[in-house]
Amino acid sequence: MKIKAKQIVKRYGKHIVLRNINFEVANGVSLAIIGSNGSGKTTLIKILANLIAPTRGSVTYQQNGKTIPRENIYRHIGLVGPYLQLYQELTARENLYFFARMRNIPRYKERIAELMETLGLKGREDDAVKAYSSGMQQRLKYVAALLHRPEVLLVDEPRSNLDEKGIETVYALLREQKKHGILIIATNDNEDLQLADRKLKVEAL
Amino acid sequence: MLIKIGKWLLFILFALTITGAFIWAPLKEGLGEFTRVIYFHVPMAWMAVLFFLLAAYYSYRYLQSKNLLFDAYAQVSNEMGILFAILATVTGSIWAKQIWHSYWNWDPRETSIFILLLIYGAYFSLRSALEQEDRRARLSAVYSLLAFVSVPFFVFIVPRIYFSLHPEPVLNAQGKINMEARQRIVFFSSLILQTVLFLWVFNIRRTQVKLKMILRRYEETKTFKEN
Amino acid sequence: MKQTYLILIKDLQQEFKTRYAINAILLFAIVTLSAVSFAIGTFTAGEQVLSALFWVILFFSSMSGLSHIFIREEETQTADTLKLVAKPVHIFLGKFIFNLLLLMVLEVVLVPLFIALMNFQLQSSAIFFLTLLIGNFGLAGGGTMVAAIISKASAKGALFTVLSFPILLPVLISGISATKKAAAESALSSAQSELQALFAYSVIIITASILLFDYVWNE
Repeated sequence: MKIKAKQIVKRYGKHIVLRNINFEVANGVSLAIIGSNGSGKTTLIKILANLIAPTRGSVTYQQNGKTIPRENIYRHIGLVGPYLQLYQELTARENLYFFARMRNIPRYKERIAELMETLGLKGREDDAVKAYSSGMQQRLKYVAALLHRPEVLLVDEPRSNLDEKGIETVYALLREQKKHGILIIATNDNEDLQLADRKLKVEAL
Repeated sequence: MLIKIGKWLLFILFALTITGAFIWAPLKEGLGEFTRVIYFHVPMAWMAVLFFLLAAYYSYRYLQSKNLLFDAYAQVSNEMGILFAILATVTGSIWAKQIWHSYWNWDPRETSIFILLLIYGAYFSLRSALEQEDRRARLSAVYSLLAFVSVPFFVFIVPRIYFSLHPEPVLNAQGKINMEARQRIVFFSSLILQTVLFLWVFNIRRTQVKLKMILRRYEETKTFKEN
Repeated sequence: MKQTYLILIKDLQQEFKTRYAINAILLFAIVTLSAVSFAIGTFTAGEQVLSALFWVILFFSSMSGLSHIFIREEETQTADTLKLVAKPVHIFLGKFIFNLLLLMVLEVVLVPLFIALMNFQLQSSAIFFLTLLIGNFGLAGGGTMVAAIISKASAKGALFTVLSFPILLPVLISGISATKKAAAESALSSAQSELQALFAYSVIIITASILLFDYVWNE
């Protein structure tokens, strides 16, 4: 898997959010997107996840030299971010079963149980998500994003709301991710940078 | 030069047509002086529909290309369209008061122009409720096309379900034109001349919008480079 | 197909827990119906008026509930989550079927109440129920599409009715006309042209919505 971002520009009316972003990452590489608040980190993550289209430029996902069509990109990526919520009224299990079945994951029940255990949420499967604390919701988002063993994991603010132990668990998962795939994180935290092999600074204009 | 001649020709022909509509063309039995509205009312209704079609066309082009210029064109078409829809409604309503003794009867023709007005109104309220430029362009284009789909229904199906008092449309089912020669000449010259005139106006608006867009892009690249 | 089904089930689960759309739509229908019934009082309105009233109540009740399905995703910030697991066409179909079911529940409550309170007599229940069935497809198709459009806008509630009305008016016009026939005549064939129009329009609006939905959903 390889991601190529070429001359990405994102503009909202007169306001330029991203100006000419270029990079290339391949399996086994992790990239940290850094920059101050409002510099366009989240916008870039959303463009990479194909949630919004760039004004100019392109993001291409390539597998074995072949470009993956835009409508299929979602199968290869996982995303954790503060703007990506779970269904609050439903239980954790209902949420995860829904995502897993939508993604057609074989033996998804075992996979979910395994991830819930890793993230320390075992036993809370049948609670509604709204009964979760914000830190636990963040853990649950990791479960949802990792279900299908994505080759590309995009994480916006990896540690938001997590406690010490949660951060440790998540770091371990992220290190694991970059061994076999691509990890892209957007962060302001210097500690998170230890996860990254490369840094990409985006600047507000 | 050619354009100048064209403008003068348009002016002279228009003057002749308007004079002809009031003096030369004979009146229709039963309608009396109210016959004359047809030379103005029908072309207006036609323009309202034409601009509606243009708006749908530009909306389609926008969705294909995501070029904001087409969105601006679609907006201009809709602005012109709503103007003519109002004019056609008002002239038709005054005529209806005289002939049918009420301003509004929900005749199928009245219903269809009313729907057109509603669609135009909805289009502009949707635009004003969307702040982000590309989102506004995209969603209003989708709405234009969705509304476009409902129009054939009012033209072909509603008149079949409901009995209409409206005089036979100009292009009726039999393909015959129910008019005298002189009426026909005035009517069609009015129709053609108004179409030419208002498409010309539309084209001026279009150029204006295009220039604005070019200026905006120029300024954008300037700030882009400065930074 | 499986994705459509899963989205429908997800939305049903959510609805079952909050009962937001169903409450809104049913209460609206009951309140409007009682207001109308109270206003008309003891004298019996003719079938012309009653058919129109029925569709007006049906239309405005559905306006109070059909948009919820997309507004909910937008307000709880789950639209992006959904975008990451599903293709647009399945999302549209799942939500369309949900709205279709919602309308059917509404009618199960509204129709008997309307008949009882307004003393509405049907000569041909075949015409009436066929009209409702086909009309539901049109209402749900157009309503779901407009809901998707307005979920991204501000002032959603008012906008929904304003935008839906011109799109759904063909359904209303032929629905009212067919309901009049159902009250006046007994032969199914007497409402043929209305039912054909209703059917044609429903097919057209659903097809157009499916084709255009990608543009609404993908930013």
